[in-house]
Amino acid sequence: MRGRVTARAPVKASDTLHFALRAATAYPLRTTLMMLAMAIGVAAVVVLTALGEGARRYVINEFSALGSNLVIVLPGRSQTGGFSPINAITNTPRDLTLEDAQALARLPMVKRTAPIAVGTSEAVWRGRLRDVTIVGTTPDYARMRRLEIAQGRFLPEEAPHAAVAVIGAKLQSELFGAEPAVGQILRLGDRRVRVVGVLAPFGQGLGMNVDEIVIIPAAVAQAMFNSNTLFRILIEASEREALGAAKTAAEALLKMRHDGEEDVTVITQDAVLTTFDRILSALTYGVAAIAAVSLAVAGILVMNVMLVAVTQRTAEIGLLKALGAESRTIRRAFLAEAALLSLVGAVAGFLLGEMGAWALRSFLPMLPAQAPIWAIVASLFTALATGLTFGMLPARRAAQLDPVTALMRH
Amino acid sequence: MALIELVGVCRRFRLGESEVMALADVDLAIDAGEYVSIMGPSGSGKSTLLNILGLLDRPTAGSYRLAGKDTTTLGEDEQAQIRRQTIGFVFQSFHLVPRLSAFENIALPLALAGVPADERKARVEAALAAFGLSERAHHRPDQLSGGQRQRVAIARATIMRPAVILADEPTGNLDSATGADVVRLLESLNAQGVTLIMVTHDPALGQRARRRIRMQDGRKIGDEVR
Repeated sequence: MRGRVTARAPVKASDTLHFALRAATAYPLRTTLMMLAMAIGVAAVVVLTALGEGARRYVINEFSALGSNLVIVLPGRSQTGGFSPINAITNTPRDLTLEDAQALARLPMVKRTAPIAVGTSEAVWRGRLRDVTIVGTTPDYARMRRLEIAQGRFLPEEAPHAAVAVIGAKLQSELFGAEPAVGQILRLGDRRVRVVGVLAPFGQGLGMNVDEIVIIPAAVAQAMFNSNTLFRILIEASEREALGAAKTAAEALLKMRHDGEEDVTVITQDAVLTTFDRILSALTYGVAAIAAVSLAVAGILVMNVMLVAVTQRTAEIGLLKALGAESRTIRRAFLAEAALLSLVGAVAGFLLGEMGAWALRSFLPMLPAQAPIWAIVASLFTALATGLTFGMLPARRAAQLDPVTALMRH
Repeated sequence: MALIELVGVCRRFRLGESEVMALADVDLAIDAGEYVSIMGPSGSGKSTLLNILGLLDRPTAGSYRLAGKDTTTLGEDEQAQIRRQTIGFVFQSFHLVPRLSAFENIALPLALAGVPADERKARVEAALAAFGLSERAHHRPDQLSGGQRQRVAIARATIMRPAVILADEPTGNLDSATGADVVRLLESLNAQGVTLIMVTHDPALGQRARRRIRMQDGRKIGDEVR
């Protein structure tokens, strides 16, 4: 007999909402529990995605510290697809040399290059001794890495073989204390260098703490380590658009210089950034999904609580039917109640989550924890959808109650 | 034409293996404006009859015409609409929504019918005044006496100006003085033209009606007009 064509249920939406609101506020404990479950779910999504997004931004900031239009050359081939045993035996990779760096600098789309030789040694001044990382490079390095000089100057352009050094801020305070470092003679291993400059505090960058390094001319470093090879060559393209061309040209040039062997790896900073970005975004999605599980749990709680509500209010449902409420009116009233509780719970959870993200930012200032908009929208939407979905069964059960039996229950 | 017309109405319930005949072949015609009491012992079928009259239950067999319209073929929503427009219920246990005030309880049928809020307010206030409840408008049911609760329930039953009021033991939960007040109130509504059908097992109350129907074992065994 059901399903005949009838007029729209005449109850106004505002009345349904008001009725649901009165019902929700009439059972404060039940309402609070349900909203709490929803709030925890949404807060979990907000905090966890904020954390993931914070980590992503942290890594990207670290890479941006490298400077933008950079191409990095590494010795050895790490990106070739095929590996043949014959290659492994015969292919002895040639070193990256200072001459390679100079040749690269002459390429048309290259603005400048900086060779990097890295080693460790001990630095001694007036009996104070400290193990340090030594970076051998050229004056362009400061411009490419955007290093700032606090005292003195950077490596001199005019004397690539001078025994001079520029030291990090932390090293300066640890080794020299309050005394001026510029002009002092520092012993590095068995060599003596004159300190010509001190870097401004910089912090961590690409796996090195710049505050604790000693920068000396590349030629001096190679002589010190008794090695011709370079750790990296940094290439700065003339503009961002030339990055790809610079990379291709660098690869071709080095292949030619290395007797036709592709024995270096050339990467752009973009590629590194994109990879990290992808990994960390995936991580953020992952934790969002895990947090969403708690939303599903909240949904099941919503269903249980609403089922209890239907049982509690059976007589009331019977009465509404006797007063002429159609099934859909009752279904809507219960759905509205579930939606209302979910939505208020979700908004509370959003505020809670934002507070959590704020606390994270306060305690870990380096980590810019901020939930992405998509996560906030998705969690609010999911909460509402969950409430409605899990509210469906109780609402339908209420709507289908037989009025005579329902009225006898009180 | 009779307002209510039952022909050969049966209502069977299935209780496990056995079938119970709650109503057996009841014929009944009630005109608009009548005052009818339905009496009988427990299990005589008087409540089932009232539920069928109120479209809360459907007959297993037979036909029920209300205001000339066959109700047994109607869908649930159409039946709900008839309940909304034509029938007012008064229950023994009042059936007020506990969290709503007297005002809101009385306004419920108007909200279900989609009456605009300002018109609703005027009509409920008029009803509250007519039933002497103006000062109790914003009290919840648990703050009202039994007699006041039943008056709220009657105000709610009449707010849609129904043609029929179905009262199921309306004085069952009240002391005799309050019960008498409630009955007088219902009778005054009947005097204004509303058809009043009242189920009771209290003979004194039943005798007040002009027309008295007696039920036993699901059958109508008496139908007398004073």
